[in-house]
Amino acid sequence: MPKLGCLTALTRALGDELERDLDVCVFGEDVRVGVANVTKGLVQRFGPERIVDTPLSEQAFTSFATGAALSGRRPVIEFQIPSLMFLVFEQIANQAHKFSLMTGGQVKVPVTYLVPGSGSRTGWAGQHSDQPYSLFAHVGLKTVVPSGPADAYGLMVSAIRDDDPVVVLTPAASSMTFESVDLASLAPLPLGVGHVARPGTDVTVVAVGQFVGQAVEVAEELADEVSVEVFDPRTVYPFDWQGLAASVQRTGRLVVIDDSNRFCGLGAEVVAVAAEEMRLVAPPRRITRPDGAVLPFALALDRAAQPHRDQLVTAIQQVCKEGR
Amino acid sequence: MSDRMAKPSADTAWRADPSGPRPRTGGPGPEAGGPDPDTSGSGPDTSGSGPDTGGSGPDAVALYRAMRLIRRFEERCVELVKAGEIVGGIHPCTGQEAVAAGVCAALRPDDVITSTHRGHGHVLAKGADLNRMTAELMGRTTGLNKGRGGSMHAADVGLGILGANGIVGAGAPIATGAAWAAVRAGADRVAVSFFGDGAVSQGVVLESLNLASLWRLPVLFVCENNGYSSTVTVEDMVAGTIVGRAAAFGMSAETVDGMDAEAVAAAARRHVDRARAGGGPALLECRTYRFDAHHTWEHRSFVRYRTPEQVKEGRRRDPVRIQGDRIPEGERARVDDEVEAALDTAVRFARDSPEPDPADALDHLYATGLRPRAGVSTHA
Ligand SMILES: Cc1ncc(C[n+]2csc(CCOP(=O)(O)OP(=O)(O)O)c2C)c(N)n1
Repeated sequence: MPKLGCLTALTRALGDELERDLDVCVFGEDVRVGVANVTKGLVQRFGPERIVDTPLSEQAFTSFATGAALSGRRPVIEFQIPSLMFLVFEQIANQAHKFSLMTGGQVKVPVTYLVPGSGSRTGWAGQHSDQPYSLFAHVGLKTVVPSGPADAYGLMVSAIRDDDPVVVLTPAASSMTFESVDLASLAPLPLGVGHVARPGTDVTVVAVGQFVGQAVEVAEELADEVSVEVFDPRTVYPFDWQGLAASVQRTGRLVVIDDSNRFCGLGAEVVAVAAEEMRLVAPPRRITRPDGAVLPFALALDRAAQPHRDQLVTAIQQVCKEGR
Repeated sequence: MSDRMAKPSADTAWRADPSGPRPRTGGPGPEAGGPDPDTSGSGPDTSGSGPDTGGSGPDAVALYRAMRLIRRFEERCVELVKAGEIVGGIHPCTGQEAVAAGVCAALRPDDVITSTHRGHGHVLAKGADLNRMTAELMGRTTGLNKGRGGSMHAADVGLGILGANGIVGAGAPIATGAAWAAVRAGADRVAVSFFGDGAVSQGVVLESLNLASLWRLPVLFVCENNGYSSTVTVEDMVAGTIVGRAAAFGMSAETVDGMDAEAVAAAARRHVDRARAGGGPALLECRTYRFDAHHTWEHRSFVRYRTPEQVKEGRRRDPVRIQGDRIPEGERARVDDEVEAALDTAVRFARDSPEPDPADALDHLYATGLRPRAGVSTHA
């Protein structure tokens, strides 16, 4: 079976959707040569009318895509760096997202915002290492964080086909992971439906993006000691509460590892909902970036500000000691 | 005179600055056919003598009807705000009717517009149903947006009204994208983006001018220069000139007397026809004057930035009266009566319409029908 990487999976998803639906088009910076690798080769197949190199005008082309979507297109915008999402928050959160409700349902805005290298981009320091998915989830944007190549394909296809704006943040840390995949088995994955990446009975670990793979590794390492179930929500918003509840029902314990800042981050929400609605036999734990973190440059500092698998091991061991 | 704008004191606010730069179509790429508006010799000084309108023909009456409707609609709405029947308040566009009516007179039903926080005039002139517009402002289910948008978001997408917008300048890139989509679809639709003089300081507007000009898109950017951004004069806000911004992007631009609906319509028609024929975008600066407060809240907030004398002076050139004087008195009286009756009907329609059900507060949040969780926790 061929090895598939996350970025190639995204390219494939884009190519398939451009092929299938003439309304799909791609905007972004350097998308024709495909500097981020994701859009490579697409201009040769679909032409410069559909693969559009834009000037460095993120705010304009983000709402430009909204205008095109209001007129029947399904634009995908590729952003070169995750911090640009702060620059276009007005255009996404305040315009695209609000259009449907404010017009009383007259319009849909099917734009996909793709950030192919999100989260820490080691060595690129403060303004290039953000992972803003909790922010989009907070305002209610459909927000997708794939953990590996097949998921990246399936979720990207669904994001493009969805009639609402969708933010797709593929973590830089997992963009270089490869999977042996039967290409014929690649298929759309529904938004809002998570999956159990590894079954277990003692503790549920909610992991997002690159941490899914790490959590599965940790679970294997601890297999003699404790049975860890890893739950990957795939879509950060809407979150698959049913899937999580089913898992917590089995395990009664909860640890969350995610790349958000701690305060008002996804981890806080997951723990809060579990505390309110699920039966836990031990206090839950979360592992996140610190409150309001900005990733520092030096490698050791960058690492120190990110969630770490050692912290995950400790948290799993602690919750399993407590309660009952 | 320097290249600063003419001071927008009451009697000069509407006049073009004759010393301002007169940008020409340019930029890379071949010139398209069609008349160059910059050499067509018309401008604010030829107001009222546009080549294709004027006199008391059916266009003149239609323009008057649109303007009279907007004027009286706004006046009625201010009353409804004061009576508490419209909550939140409105940004009245009285004094600026000629821009909305003139530009929209140059548009086809399938052309699209994006509008502003001061957008009632644009929305009505583009053909929105008066009853449903009134009901929208009063938050009723029968409103254009089912009571979800209100004054600042009134939209009727079927009529090409992509919405008023509460964020200054936000409509410019949306109109530009809509124009691109029209070209891609092989349609000869034109998009118009209305914005105020304050919006020319928004980066997103300048970015949009660049995109539209670069890609030769059929967009008409209409700057309604009413002399003020909220309480601050355009002179204190805008460096250089407004049309000079278009020049920087190689875009055609023109300043027109925004108190003269026929002049606005003639200029808009030239630019719209040219854009439709593939001649690229243009910027039309309409010099106008805001007769009322920036917002109805101003009536209660006691801010003072222009004297009653200044406002009185500004009101001397009343666009509705200017247009009304061009048509026979009997015709005018008939239109006035029609407008009054239509407004009575609209207010009654809105009052009689149901209020939305609070249980449906977040209906339409997602086009796909996704239902958000409630704000109070529930226990499984
Ligand atoms: C980006 C942005 N900044 C500030 C505001 C608050 N605000 C609303 S209207 C307005 C003045 C706008 O002036 P102008 O564009 O000239 O339009 P006018 O009100 O004169 O029609 C301001 C500052 C806003 N809505 N959006």
